[in-house]
Amino acid sequence: VSTPLSPSVAALRARFGAAVVRAEVSCGDTIVYVAPGSIHEVLAWLKDEPAERYDYLTDLTAVEYRDRERPLELVYQLWSIGRKVALRVKAELPKDGALEVGTVTDLWRGADWMEREVWDMFGIRFAGHPDLRRILMWENYSEGHPLRKDFPLRGRFSRSEQTHRALSDALEKHYSLDELSTDEAARYLPEGMRERLAGGPGA
Amino acid sequence: VSGARTVTYELGTTTVDASGQPTRTPLIVDAEPQAGTDHMLVNIGPQHPATHGVLRLVVELEGEVVVKVIPHVGYLHSGFEKLGEYRTYNQIIPLTDRNDYLAAMSNNVGLALAAEKLMGIEVTERCRVLRVIACEMARITSHLVWAGTTAIDIGAFTVFLWMFQERERVNNLIEAWTGARLTTSLTRVGGLMADIPDGWAAELRGWCERFPKTLDEVEAMLSNNGIWLGRNVDIGILSAEDAISFSLSGPMIRASGVPYDVRKDRPYLGYETYDFEVPIGEKGDCYDRYLVRMDEMRQSTRILLQALDRLPDGPINVADPRVSLPPKSRAMSDMEAMIFHFKQVMEGIAAPVGEAYAAVEGPRGELGYYFVSDGTAKPVRWRIRPPAFINLAALPKMAEGHLLSDLIAINASVDIVMGEVDR
Repeated sequence: VSTPLSPSVAALRARFGAAVVRAEVSCGDTIVYVAPGSIHEVLAWLKDEPAERYDYLTDLTAVEYRDRERPLELVYQLWSIGRKVALRVKAELPKDGALEVGTVTDLWRGADWMEREVWDMFGIRFAGHPDLRRILMWENYSEGHPLRKDFPLRGRFSRSEQTHRALSDALEKHYSLDELSTDEAARYLPEGMRERLAGGPGA
Repeated sequence: VSGARTVTYELGTTTVDASGQPTRTPLIVDAEPQAGTDHMLVNIGPQHPATHGVLRLVVELEGEVVVKVIPHVGYLHSGFEKLGEYRTYNQIIPLTDRNDYLAAMSNNVGLALAAEKLMGIEVTERCRVLRVIACEMARITSHLVWAGTTAIDIGAFTVFLWMFQERERVNNLIEAWTGARLTTSLTRVGGLMADIPDGWAAELRGWCERFPKTLDEVEAMLSNNGIWLGRNVDIGILSAEDAISFSLSGPMIRASGVPYDVRKDRPYLGYETYDFEVPIGEKGDCYDRYLVRMDEMRQSTRILLQALDRLPDGPINVADPRVSLPPKSRAMSDMEAMIFHFKQVMEGIAAPVGEAYAAVEGPRGELGYYFVSDGTAKPVRWRIRPPAFINLAALPKMAEGHLLSDLIAINASVDIVMGEVDR
């Protein structure tokens, strides 16, 4: 049983031409591949065009395939609350290029945390995001982006190496002295850290 | 107040004394009060009973008014999505228990639906009805925890006891069915782990008939209670436009007046054939969220009774031997059954190349599972669409401008579960 493409695909092709790379149906859902440079423009049009009205960003995530040659994919799951139809928009980002696309936080405020999670887990940057920080991992996490396929399941470092790195990292760049300066903790500060703390942030 | 002493507390003191000990800013100094000039930073959590798990909120206060809220999440991050890439579809099911551990059965069902959509499997009618029962029981237990803990946050202890007493009864039924109270691992791709035991349906029916009386009593205590109204009415208002823009789902978006419910809008498991209503709020404040969740428990009870009425006889697993394990007695006596048993356990069920997104209406909203397959028995990508995580992102918008004590009520009204927020 083959499901036809969503009518939105023809409308997108008429409006954006070559920016719509290809479209396919998988398990009954239409997937549209869009050039990464046009993603913001396309999503803004899909959201506001009266005939489309995909006003609800269900989810934003990314996919990396086991085949290392295949590009990373950004996945936008759209839903129209009024029309009750879904559309999946994807953008392919070649791994040798800049892993960066424009943010959609200006279209949907909910995209804020979703884009932070994609940055945290995949290392894809969102240009124009107001606060692109890691969200699930801590801010000075130094092992990379965990959902990338080159990231080993158990992490890059052993538990003891992780502890060592966490202790020898320049914590004062990320935490204020107040957070580090309980009497008990001060006794266990690594060599050199007291001097760095004495010098203040950035020393 | 003249003569009072102000308390100044400086963040980021950067000096140590000669012995290497950090110098502390004295907490109390003699000075004139300087009301209204300084903002104070307060840290709430990650270990705090009112944050409903390991949520940390950094709050900037002007007096007692919240100027800014910065949520910090991730303390419970377990890498479920990464782990899923190394597991077969059935092996992922125990991970979903630990995702939203207050409604494990909705998670089990959601995962099975996504895997079955990917593989093109149609489950049996008895399985569909039993899954509806599982989903609605999960919704009720989760809302019971929400009502109890929210009431405690706002100062009403009795509600907590009544709600947890009811939850205990549902958990006993869940335990009789699945063998576990929280980590149920109920579903399998193509069916269920177990059928309901003898006499179980009558037990559940009896509970469904008694339960609305408890809801009546709780509503009699809360709905017109001056303290409850004062703490909830007009607190944390979110407009319908904002709720859509923040991608909220579940009771959060419905309290703001948007009738978005996956059970109605993208029906699964035959929800379109059940008679139930989707409660909608008017103002989008904490009180509307309370009303919506209380009514949802009544509607879920209605769905449970309808499901029990129509529960057909028959198998719970699909007849396909590549998907469902053969009975143990056959696996031990029949060569072919043993081969299928071996292949399923050792290799798992291979999914065709493609991808599928399937969502259930969990207690917190649209709980979606997204699978990408490259044709092997383990997914290339397993994504949980986490309603609690996405709902929590709207907390600063709701809380800013309210009192610090209202922040606790608003956070309770979001009904987060940190297992799902952090995954």
